[in-house]
Amino acid sequence: MAQLTFREAIARGIAQEMRRDESVVFLGEDVGAAGGVFKGTVGLLEEFGGVRVRDTPISEQAILGAAMGAAMTGLRPVAEIMFADFFAVCWDIVANEIAKSRYMTNGQVTFPLVIRSGNGGGLRFGAQHSQSVENWAMMVPGLKVVVPSNAQDVIGLMAASIRDDDPVIFLEAKVLYSTKMDVADGEIVDTLGSAKVLRQGKDATLVALGAMVPKALDAAEELAAAGIDCTVVDVRSLVPLDTTTILREVGATGRLFTVEENPRLCGWGGELASIVSEEIFYDLDGPIVRITTPHIPLPAADALEDLAIPSVERIVTTVTKSMNT
Amino acid sequence: MATTTVTSGPTDFATKLSMYRSQVALRQFETRAYDLFLENLVKGTSHLSLGQEAIAAGFATAMKKDDWTFATYRGHAHTLARGVPMTPVLAELLGRSNGLMAGKGGSMHLTSVEHGVMGSYAIIGAHLPIACGAAWSAQYRGTDQVAVCFFGDGSTNIGSFHEALNLAAIWKLPVIFVCENNLWMEYTRTTEVTSVEHPAADRAVAYGLERIVVDGNDADAVYDVASAALQRARAGEGPSMIEAMTYRHGGHSRADPAKYRPEEEVAEWLAKDPIPRYRSRLLDEGATEEQLSEIEAEVAAQVELATEEAKAGGVPGEDLLMKDVWADGGSSWRN
Ligand SMILES: Cc1ncc(C[n+]2csc(CCOP(=O)(O)OP(=O)(O)O)c2C)c(N)n1
Repeated sequence: MAQLTFREAIARGIAQEMRRDESVVFLGEDVGAAGGVFKGTVGLLEEFGGVRVRDTPISEQAILGAAMGAAMTGLRPVAEIMFADFFAVCWDIVANEIAKSRYMTNGQVTFPLVIRSGNGGGLRFGAQHSQSVENWAMMVPGLKVVVPSNAQDVIGLMAASIRDDDPVIFLEAKVLYSTKMDVADGEIVDTLGSAKVLRQGKDATLVALGAMVPKALDAAEELAAAGIDCTVVDVRSLVPLDTTTILREVGATGRLFTVEENPRLCGWGGELASIVSEEIFYDLDGPIVRITTPHIPLPAADALEDLAIPSVERIVTTVTKSMNT
Repeated sequence: MATTTVTSGPTDFATKLSMYRSQVALRQFETRAYDLFLENLVKGTSHLSLGQEAIAAGFATAMKKDDWTFATYRGHAHTLARGVPMTPVLAELLGRSNGLMAGKGGSMHLTSVEHGVMGSYAIIGAHLPIACGAAWSAQYRGTDQVAVCFFGDGSTNIGSFHEALNLAAIWKLPVIFVCENNLWMEYTRTTEVTSVEHPAADRAVAYGLERIVVDGNDADAVYDVASAALQRARAGEGPSMIEAMTYRHGGHSRADPAKYRPEEEVAEWLAKDPIPRYRSRLLDEGATEEQLSEIEAEVAAQVELATEEAKAGGVPGEDLLMKDVWADGGSSWRN
């Protein structure tokens, strides 16, 4: 058992897999000697050398194109896109090439690759360095989308993503990089497509992702003190989606609240609401409520950003109000 | 224009004959594909390489079996030149279950991994960095494979072209970029929207690569530059950029009558048609009329057979629809 930050867990997860499998290589901007702008890859260059850990030019299309070409010819690349906002300059490679080529070629090629990226707000970086893009990725057939909420999950889900034979978009909430927890020693391997029940309650189910998970847990504590007993589910993986766990936990309490950092329209919670109402409508005791960032670009000022992204307080008041009407 | 003029081509005559056969096959196949389009049997869109066959044939002849081809939507010729049989290619154009990808890809995405054809890409420029990735993998794994990436003149103005050249140069990747300069994008002359005369070769210099322009309507000349570049790549000396001057005989895509091109320009390039040119060279070098006619007749018979077989192919079954999104063969996104 060791105390590990979320950012240290990234390097540990990648290193665990690079030690095990020579075909795992890592590339991105400032990832080698500098250890990543978020210091998520410190130590990788020293341990694995410059042939396996490659600093690239500022060329996002080349980074992801190289990852794709390498994946289809025998390697298992892990590529870093520094900020998830930058997916916008290389989305062709992600959405048109990587996601579709297996299907188009009738299964002739596979893409065992991971694209990891710093996602989301909370660091006052403004609208072009703070977006939560999980819904961009989720809407493209052919991509798996993984979003861990704590250091232990980072390692296990990273390992599972690297071992998976399909392309995985691995989104790391930047605001969580400095969070710490006790992490087990030795190899950690998790399972994609498995949500986790972090708290069991009887009145309402909060389903949250990434940076919203610790907020949902804090809100559940406050709500419990006020007499509303909540289940909290960490989605962990949008594709594949563990609907079995989610439907079971929502059915058990009869109420669903999604807590989403993405802007409102087409957020993952909308899809979840649709699945729940189609499949367990008669188990519901009240409306499904989505708690999201409003449909706006994120502002930079701390006071404004805090108003935009769902806060513990907003979760508590929204749930309380809805449960009492 | 610094066009290479002294050419030799393959040293043994049998290889020259097979390079002729390859060009004839591409020509006859695509002529048939066009006819089938006019009969409304080829659906969607298709982009022919009629007039550009010497580039595909010259490169494929110089490449080794396990080298990789990365092509564009104008990819029938490159696919066939690597040895993919005609029937599955034609059946793919017809949307039949015996198609190369069982009808799931269509004309613009021809792929045959077993022949080293690693895909045909329909978003301009995308496959240049992807070819870099394959070359990186060859370099990392210590094989002597080379990735050869074909694209048009218009594709030199998109960002990924420049990103790929720089990456290939700094990592010394075994990749060859081949610009088939047919002078036109879709309907606009490339020099009208480009800052230099030779959109690929002139830019290559900025990435520390040699400036190479070759007569793309001369299979021997193409074969020679291809062989030299392949050798450089295998020797660990890094990437090459080759700009091959050529011309498409028809329109950009199937329905384009190409009226925007001056008649004199078309006539000038038709006179440089690579296939009659190569034919008369072979006759000069000792081939007999019967030898060449026999090749042409054999290819014609192949095209007939492929047409019959492709037309006889079934309709792709519904079972294919939900298959092969994921590596496990399925498409499930939830449990
Ligand atoms: C990113 C992108 N922009 C535009 C197009 C539409 N388009 C398809 S082919 C083409 C012309 C390309 O010309 P060139 O690169 O010279 O190749 P050629 O068709 O002559 O082989 C265009 C503009 C596209 N497929 N992708």
